This record gives sequence, structure tokens and C-alpha cells, in this order.
Amino acid sequence: MSPRAACRLETLGFTEVYDYVPGKADWRAHGLPVEGEHADLPTAGSLARDDVVTCGLNDRVGGVREHVERSPHGFALVTSNDAVILGRLRASAMQTAPADATAEEVMESGPSTVRADTSAGELAQRLAQRDLKTAIVSTPEGRLIGVVRRRDLEAARG
Amino acid sequence: MPSRIEIDRLHRLIGEGAQLVEVLPQAEYSEAHLPGAINVPLKTLDGQTTAGLERDRAIVVYCHDYL
Repeated sequence: MSPRAACRLETLGFTEVYDYVPGKADWRAHGLPVEGEHADLPTAGSLARDDVVTCGLNDRVGGVREHVERSPHGFALVTSNDAVILGRLRASAMQTAPADATAEEVMESGPSTVRADTSAGELAQRLAQRDLKTAIVSTPEGRLIGVVRRRDLEAARG
Repeated sequence: MPSRIEIDRLHRLIGEGAQLVEVLPQAEYSEAHLPGAINVPLKTLDGQTTAGLERDRAIVVYCHDYL
């Protein structure tokens, strides 16, 4: 939408036009403030926790499993060097995999993510409908922000 | 040709006094928008609705994300 608006502004005589393509979702993913009627409502981003275990594609499952056992979440996320989410390693899958298997060999590719500006109430409802306990929060470029728990979403919406 | 920018450049432009315009529909703007942004929905964007904006000053448009 914004590329068309930027182009239109140039046709209207604006001489220095910039297009912030990542947009409002990116702004909120950086934890920056907004104005408006919903500005103070809790969102996936505001409730996201940064305590999920992460690893690289070539990390060995045995080592990752030990970290996950000590974490509050039943999975690890496999990310690129610049934090783009590539996959998810469930504790159950790691239990049955050889300790020297790589994360890439055991992970589920492309787990679903939500944007930081998704409202807590809406997300809590979506997770409840699918009987999910957590959601992965990412930037529009797919970089990991954190994970948010359904119980935290439900508590925040009151 | 409009320049595509990321958040670092956006911060600099805002600091330099750029005009900031959200082009989403009014309802979405009312819920949440970047501080200081005005709203000119894409569907209403024309000479009349932009008459109050300065042609020779930097202007940044944005919507929700890449879509």
C-alpha cells in the first residue's frame, strides 16, 4: 500500500518522498511507542519473553536439549545468524533424536509466528481455539522478538 | 523514485522534521499510529487531501507492513 502512496505523492509534486515499507508493525516490533485509542492495550510484543532457547542449524541436539530442560518452554527455536526464525525443536522430538543429530535434521521448518502488534485479547482467543500454549513473536522480516504465553495474554486482557 | 527506508533512516528523518503520513484507513490510524503522524488514507490521496502538506519538505509514508 505505501509504495503506491509514495508514488502518488511524487505525481502530486512532492520532491523528497520516502517509503517506510516495514511500517507500523516494524515500529512496534522495536518496542517503540504509538499514539491512538489502542496505544496502551497489551500486545504480543509487549508481553513477549526473551527466555526461549535458541540455537543454530548446526548445533547438536544433545546440547540444545539440556538447555531446553532448564528453560520454561518445551522447545527451542532455530535461528539464522541475524535472528531470523528457521525452525522449532520440540523437546519431544529431541528426546528421540540422537544426541549428535543437528538442529537442522530434527527441527520443524517454518513455525507460525505472530506480529508484535497483535492484540493480547485477539491472540489469546486464537491460541485457545487451537489449544496452543505459546506463540512466537517476530518482526515483519521474521526476526525473533520472543515468545508469549497464552496464560500471560489471558491475564493481561483481564 | 521514492526511497525505501528502514527504521534507522526513519529516526533520522523524523529528527530532521520530516512529515509523517499513515496511509491506512482512518479506523486503523485511530487505533494506533506513529507519534506525530497524520492520516491520509490511500484511497483519498489527492491534491486536495495533501494541500496542507509541504511539497518541498521530506515526507515519509507508511502502512502496516510489506503488504
